[in-house]
Amino acid sequence: MFTDESRDIFGFQSSWKKSHRQTQDSKTCQTVPVHTAEAETQVRSVLSSSTQTDPPENLTDQLTLHSDLSAEPPGLRDFLHRVEDLVIRELVKNSKSHAFDGYEVNWTDQHETVSCLFSLGYCEAQDRGLQVTSVSWNCTGSVIACAFGRVSDGDWSTETSYVCTWNLDRRRVNPKQPDMVIATATSVMCVSFHPLRPSLIAGGLYSGEVMVWDTSRTQDPVLARTGMCSDTHKEPVYEVKWVPGPRQGEMAVVSVCSGGRVLRWSVDGAEGKLTLTAGFALVRQQLPLSRSASRVRGDTAVGVTSLALSPWDTDMFLVGTEGGLVLKCSFSSQTVAAVPPDGESVTLHAPAQFCFSPRAGPIQSLHFSPFHRNLFVSVGTDGLAHVHSVLQPGPLLSLRVSDSYVFGVRWSPVRPLVFVAVTGQGVLQVFDLGQKCLRPVATIEQDTGGQCALCVEFNQQQLLAVGNADGTVNIWQLSAEFTEQRARESAVLQQLADDVPE
Amino acid sequence: MAEVEETLKRIQAHKGVIGTIVVNAEGIPIRTTLDNSTTVQYAGLLHQLAMKARSTVRDIDPQNDLTFLRVRSKKHEIMVAPDKEYLLIVIQNPSE
Repeated sequence: MFTDESRDIFGFQSSWKKSHRQTQDSKTCQTVPVHTAEAETQVRSVLSSSTQTDPPENLTDQLTLHSDLSAEPPGLRDFLHRVEDLVIRELVKNSKSHAFDGYEVNWTDQHETVSCLFSLGYCEAQDRGLQVTSVSWNCTGSVIACAFGRVSDGDWSTETSYVCTWNLDRRRVNPKQPDMVIATATSVMCVSFHPLRPSLIAGGLYSGEVMVWDTSRTQDPVLARTGMCSDTHKEPVYEVKWVPGPRQGEMAVVSVCSGGRVLRWSVDGAEGKLTLTAGFALVRQQLPLSRSASRVRGDTAVGVTSLALSPWDTDMFLVGTEGGLVLKCSFSSQTVAAVPPDGESVTLHAPAQFCFSPRAGPIQSLHFSPFHRNLFVSVGTDGLAHVHSVLQPGPLLSLRVSDSYVFGVRWSPVRPLVFVAVTGQGVLQVFDLGQKCLRPVATIEQDTGGQCALCVEFNQQQLLAVGNADGTVNIWQLSAEFTEQRARESAVLQQLADDVPE
Repeated sequence: MAEVEETLKRIQAHKGVIGTIVVNAEGIPIRTTLDNSTTVQYAGLLHQLAMKARSTVRDIDPQNDLTFLRVRSKKHEIMVAPDKEYLLIVIQNPSE
């Protein structure tokens, strides 16, 4: 009765660039026909009778508020006459004045130095040598969740693990005792707090299961889980994120795994289940590879190691792969993926639309700029951070972060030109693209005994959480230099994004 | 009518001007070049601020009065020209 069907692609011309252009229409133009009669003349004479242009009407469009424009309030004209000269004089003076250049007010205590506020850890996990694989702040920025697991171990294991949360706004924070410990069946590879509800955490397990926990339920925090069904991932889940769901105000969970699957789940709290609503599979032969990228070797399935969602465009997402590719993908893709069905309850689609220039090693972390819709940064095991525009295959900037691996990168939520990256030596590097040199402007050494730092995340208060392989999470407070936006910073970022390399 | 709009247009055409709002004595915007919600927010808040500033000036010296109010912020400069019936609010980005 129902059969799978694939549809043709319909295309239409992009119009977003054109839409910025002003359009002009002339409605009517009228001239009285010019009657000329020549009796006898030697000198040519030119006569213009009349020309006409319509006045622009856009200003009156802008000026309509609820009130009726035709009824001019009494005295308004006189008032404007009186103040116009004064205001214009001040406006002109102001645009020429340099009185406030470089002037800054100290409203708050300046944090002169970078300081480590907390070093969080859970002794049971640390005793067993578990690593912090992922950290996430809740929507209020006061609770931090961290996932324990292992990245060094490739074996299948049934070792139990934990997700721990600390509320840092409490008066007495015990850094060695989490507020909540959630035990899990296998290692947790990633966690992500719900963007609106402060008690919901989504997590992905090494076994391929995706879970949603509710920390307000003390008895059994598991709100929903995929179970080990045929729908779920068969490889470790490397990243989970919340995306707007099909209905208004509802959020769905997106998870990616090293098996090349990107799955979207709707959370059914009543049933305690995560239901698969959409699935995408990355297959090598369906990737939009350029000629330079086609030499990348690999399996037919493309393992996904990182995921980034655009804050501007809910349809677009980026994935970073084990083979060093960064792919721009679309949730609305209708191309059926060329994979044999494996018991999934939905048709898998091929989401990839565009491929950026490949890197020499797995892409460990991707992050969209919160200040520009086209910019993102990617880091990988090649030790480089690439600042990309989604419109160009090549990177706009390539920065050397470390001689070892780079595991995490995040843009600053307040400084458009600043991002931080954590490295395999446990060092936190801060980059400022406003500086002339492409070296880190600050290097923060962590006391991890040389072990790597695996993840990094900002909260709204600009605290920085760094999860380390020694099982600790360090909470850093950056100095004022990195937490206060400067003049023209957004403009410089815009320039950077518009910069087209030759 | 056109004369009022012409005046606002002249002000709006100046360098760095982001928006121009005319507010009546009740704090209700009657002319604006900004969008609705921004206008309502600016009008309400700056009307209050201008009234407060005026009473401050007059409390210090009853023979004195407020003639002009400028608010310098990190991003903008807001100018308020007061009168007995209206306020003219101009928002400028001076670094532009």
